[in-house]
Amino acid sequence: MESLYAITTGVLSACGLYLTLRGRTFPVVVGLTLLSYAVNLFLFSMGGLTTDGAVVINGEDDYADPLPQALVLTAIVIGFAMTAFAVILAMRARGDMGNDHVDGRTKEDSEESRR
Amino acid sequence: MIQHLIVLPVVLPLVMGVVLLLTRFGSTSLKRGASVGATLLLVLIALALLIKASSGEIDYYALGDWQPPFGIVLVLDRLSALMIMLTSVLALGCVIFACGGDDEKGSNFHGLFQFQLMGINGAFLTGDLFNLFVFFEVLLLASYALLLHGGGKSRIQSAVHYVVLNLAGSALFLIAVGVLYGATGTLNMADMAARLSELPAERSGLVTAGALLLLVVFGLKAAILPLYFWLPRAYASAPAPVAALFAIMTKVGVYAILRVYSLVFGQNAGELTSLDQPWVWWMALGTLAAATVGVLAARDLRLLVAYLVLVSAGTLLAGVGMDTPAATAGLLYYLLHTTLVTGGLFLLADMIGQQRGKAGTRIVKGRPMTQGGTLAGLFFIAAAAVAGLPPLSGAIGKALLLDAAEAGQRIWLWPILLISGLSAIIALSRAGSTLFWRSQNGERGGTRLPRTQWAGVGLLLASSPLLVALAGPVSDYTRATAEQLATPDALISALLSDNGDAP
Repeated sequence: MESLYAITTGVLSACGLYLTLRGRTFPVVVGLTLLSYAVNLFLFSMGGLTTDGAVVINGEDDYADPLPQALVLTAIVIGFAMTAFAVILAMRARGDMGNDHVDGRTKEDSEESRR
Repeated sequence: MIQHLIVLPVVLPLVMGVVLLLTRFGSTSLKRGASVGATLLLVLIALALLIKASSGEIDYYALGDWQPPFGIVLVLDRLSALMIMLTSVLALGCVIFACGGDDEKGSNFHGLFQFQLMGINGAFLTGDLFNLFVFFEVLLLASYALLLHGGGKSRIQSAVHYVVLNLAGSALFLIAVGVLYGATGTLNMADMAARLSELPAERSGLVTAGALLLLVVFGLKAAILPLYFWLPRAYASAPAPVAALFAIMTKVGVYAILRVYSLVFGQNAGELTSLDQPWVWWMALGTLAAATVGVLAARDLRLLVAYLVLVSAGTLLAGVGMDTPAATAGLLYYLLHTTLVTGGLFLLADMIGQQRGKAGTRIVKGRPMTQGGTLAGLFFIAAAAVAGLPPLSGAIGKALLLDAAEAGQRIWLWPILLISGLSAIIALSRAGSTLFWRSQNGERGGTRLPRTQWAGVGLLLASSPLLVALAGPVSDYTRATAEQLATPDALISALLSDNGDAP
């Protein structure tokens, strides 16, 4: 299970990183979302991966660490709000600058690059 | 009430922020009054905390009475009290300035401003690594909205960069926190420091990776060399009171580096002790050099001030990189001076831009200003202070830092820091003479500036002579702070003494 988990996290963060480095705002926002998924998965695993662990400490040796779950919950909420904000900002940038380039190219630039 | 004092710098802005958002359609003067009143109250609270902390006692506030290392704690020591005081004074200047009309250019300025204060204060007080992340997010979310306050193309464009970079930074922060939790099993900074001293050898690689990842995140906030490119444009395009408040944001990064690497990776951490030092030292010198070039090349007054913020970040981080109590004491004094003066310069640049009409803050010939004389006088004081000319506070701060450098470090620090000072003098005198003297003949333009704007700028710039007059007590305090930071055992035992070892 560990290797599957690690590969999933790795593929997600690689895709996220690649998309974040793109030049247009839509792939960047999607990339940031993927990156935050990867981070959430990673946070889950930081208490160690266990199966069939008890939810709370009840004197047994075998219980799941509750802290990563609380942290992931916080991270998900914050990540969600941030993604919503980034989407709105990207739309606003598209509207105000007339294109969806992260660096906000002017019209002449984009026409030149098309030639 | 008195035992809840430590949590007030977080709770007061939170409550005021919510109230101010609820009354968004209320009368302007009511909102302004509430906002200024709350910030003034924050200054008083910070003063009480400063007096409490100056005795050297380390106090903590366990939220919900869950004792550390399990509960979330807010820790008050000399450093955090000093930073809260600095934040509240800077915020008071900014909010008074904003009442001159900037707050009405968009919606919800005062509410967002209070949320930003809550995030900054929380980041300074928290004793928990994950909570540091949460407060970073609070202050960032508020800063995204404040950066966009008033709208405009350049703001949106710089905000896209700022938001995307900081979101990526937050992801890195979470990964670093996850790695450190996985390796040490705790998130409380004091507890983590205690556990690092008995860390199994096979985990030290993991902890090193986590620690250096954290340095990247804090470096992004503090604008260290390869990670500063977002700063000049964002700061130059932000509305004036927001840009002035942002002067403290790079210092949040500097504070986080100071706190985490002196407490968690302090003297107890064995081979991991001060693992940040070589990285911070060389990159800080690089930042200083790059910012010096930026200062000389800037063709706009606001951009020039943004690069001066970068110079101050480089100087502070060089102090962190020296890693001695004397250097820490010097850098804390310099931090007080530079935050307030660069904040004041941002406000002043905006006032100059208002009076010059179309020429704005670009350093080109423009029309003469109605209140040019007074503005020029204030600009002269601010420029002398920020370039580090005696008799103002910049000179003392830089002298303390230069003096703290050890022989091997002097060869690098002295030339770079002194040349950056010289470049600042050249750039500022060129800017000042163009703005105030090389004006076209013609009618004096611009309406008279509101009194609140003068008050805000005056408050921030008055800090420079005040810091000189009180240099004795202030430098005593910063020296005591540096000693407290150099002996993290006191903080660890204050937090963990009641419980003994964690299971």
